[in-house]
Amino acid sequence: MDMNRDVNMAVPFAGLTFQNPVAVASGTFGFGREYGLRFDIGRLGAVCVKGLTLRPRAGNPPPRVAETPMGMLNSVGLQNPGAEAFLRDELPFLRGFNTLVIANVSGDTVEEYAALAGLLSDGGVDMLEVNISCPNVKEGGLLFGTDPRSAAAVTEAVKRRASVPVMVKLSPNVTDIAEIARTVESAGADALSLINTLMGMRIDIRTRRPILHRGMGGLSGPAVRPVAVRCVYQAARAVRLPIMGMGGITCAEDAVEFLLAGAHTVAVGTALFKDETAPLTVLDGLDAYCRANGVSDIRTLTGAMIIDS
Amino acid sequence: MIVTVLSNESLRPGASDLRIRADASARRPRAGQFAHIACGDALLLRRPISLCDEEAGVWRFVFEHKGPGTRYLAARKPGDTLDILGPLGRGFTCEPEDLPTLLVGGGIGVPPLLLAARRLAGTAHAVLGFRAASLAVLTDELASLCARTAFCSDDGSLGTRGFTDAVARRLLSETAYARVLACGPRPMLRAVAGAARAAGVPCEVSLEERMACGVGACLACACRVRAGAEETFRRVCLDGPVFDAETVVW
Ligand SMILES: Cc1cc2nc3c(=O)[nH]c(=O)nc-3n(C[C@H](O)[C@H](O)[C@H](O)COP(=O)(O)OP(=O)(O)OC[C@H]3O[C@@H](n4cnc5c(N)ncnc54)[C@H](O)[C@@H]3O)c2cc1C
Ligand SMILES: Cc1cc2nc3c(=O)[nH]c(=O)nc-3n(C[C@H](O)[C@H](O)[C@H](O)COP(=O)(O)O)c2cc1C
Ligand code: FES
Repeated sequence: MDMNRDVNMAVPFAGLTFQNPVAVASGTFGFGREYGLRFDIGRLGAVCVKGLTLRPRAGNPPPRVAETPMGMLNSVGLQNPGAEAFLRDELPFLRGFNTLVIANVSGDTVEEYAALAGLLSDGGVDMLEVNISCPNVKEGGLLFGTDPRSAAAVTEAVKRRASVPVMVKLSPNVTDIAEIARTVESAGADALSLINTLMGMRIDIRTRRPILHRGMGGLSGPAVRPVAVRCVYQAARAVRLPIMGMGGITCAEDAVEFLLAGAHTVAVGTALFKDETAPLTVLDGLDAYCRANGVSDIRTLTGAMIIDS
Repeated sequence: MIVTVLSNESLRPGASDLRIRADASARRPRAGQFAHIACGDALLLRRPISLCDEEAGVWRFVFEHKGPGTRYLAARKPGDTLDILGPLGRGFTCEPEDLPTLLVGGGIGVPPLLLAARRLAGTAHAVLGFRAASLAVLTDELASLCARTAFCSDDGSLGTRGFTDAVARRLLSETAYARVLACGPRPMLRAVAGAARAAGVPCEVSLEERMACGVGACLACACRVRAGAEETFRRVCLDGPVFDAETVVW
């Protein structure tokens, strides 16, 4: 391939078009205001905003973060101003950029998920990301994501109220991720995102107390990447839905692994905390990878892993 | 920004004094602001360290060796590069006023007060406390940058025996101050805030919390504050690290 010819980076995804496959992961990017001072959000394929709930949530007491080998545990606990405040105070800002806005939602009950879906799709977001995999709250959250019947109930309820595509975010904290993926597909989901964080724990051996106030938290960063690639691979083989892959992506090479495993798009999260422009590093690196490897269309990488039998 | 280490010296066993040259485009740091410093490829999270001093684009950090991050920083040699974000956060109010400002520092909370003393152009008074004389840092420099300095230590090996809040209380009863600026362990901050309140003097405290992004996006660094009648969490990295002591929920 001619190295100077443009690589097609655009990806059709659940009825929308991502201008490129690189998004930022929910909860690591706030509502874009902070990193928006540091790079052009308009270069991103999509922004998954901080997890929203119907009513404002204060979140968990500190400490909320603990470092681990090439990873981190967090227990932020879905601190957010509530969906209405988001629509009023934050969405107009994000709308000023040439990128898709994906609202990440969490509820304590199926009814709350449905109400959020109605409110936010009417409010003008491009897509919903249904978080049934948050390990950091008492009710709901992870519970919905580990029990196939609850996962299906949430998905159906959200689909009934949503007027935009619905992406369901899966937890790696399950025995069989393919089963949950299939259930959510049958319930009407338009796309999947995975993985959310892995449950973890750290203990201060001096004080004999957990480092996080809440004891347990969600593990993210490069430490989870092989688990995430495996989950994407298993989910991609189980369903026909488009997949947004994430978990420890720091560079283009990491992102390519996710694409080869079956992801259509990727999200960058924890890597931002070390490299503020990590999503652009990934994006520019993907372009360079494609040019160097004769790939003229990024879409051809999806699921292109070769298995020698 | 990628910066070059100009010098990195031992202040005393277990504490380092590191200087870097900031980019010409970097903002001029205010006292109480911090830098978020990457500590090599092996550590995922950056480490927050206060600006101890700034003169003509040379930034100075004084830090204790606590774990792998600060040990990495302690091992940097002149000419090495560091990846730094900053200056970040909300700093201390450092306007020279008719009345002097009282600086109160405990232990490794002392370094940011050096920059405060410099910005207050020699008018500040300071109370500096350490567990013992052997753990003291920056005492001579602060004494020369302040109009008046009092020292104390837990064991009496430096200055008077006792805690900084007792000394602060005495100074607050003798002298009228514009405000109190404090940095140190949380129990000390709380006691100093109490002393300032009793004297009717505004007080600003610099809080610490574990951080991830350092820029306000991830909500890792929560601290509880009062906003009107309600209690909420604020971000130490962006809304602080310096807070009005009256808003902090201890
Ligand atoms: C705004 C701010 C300014 C600071 N300024 C200074 C300074 O000028 N001089 C100085 O010696 N220390 C300062 N500290 C404390 C310093 O950040 C910690 O000592 C350092 O992060 C420890 O890292 P480590 O890897 O050596 O230790 P470890 O204990 O192994 O660190 C493990 C993790 O916990 C975090 N952590 C540990 N202790 C603290 C702490 N006290 N505050 C926040 N995070 C912590 C680390 O960042 C890391 O993520 C400051 C902290 C904050 C929040
Ligand atoms: C600090 C932090 C907060 C997070 N908050 C949310 C959230 O509100 N909703 C959600 O679905 N996922 C949340 N996540 C999970 C991420 O979106 C992502 O799934 C996970 O971190 C794996 O990707 P990474 O390793 O690139 O960060 C959060 C992760 C982190 C580190
Ligand atoms: S460390 Fe991320 S918000 Fe403060």
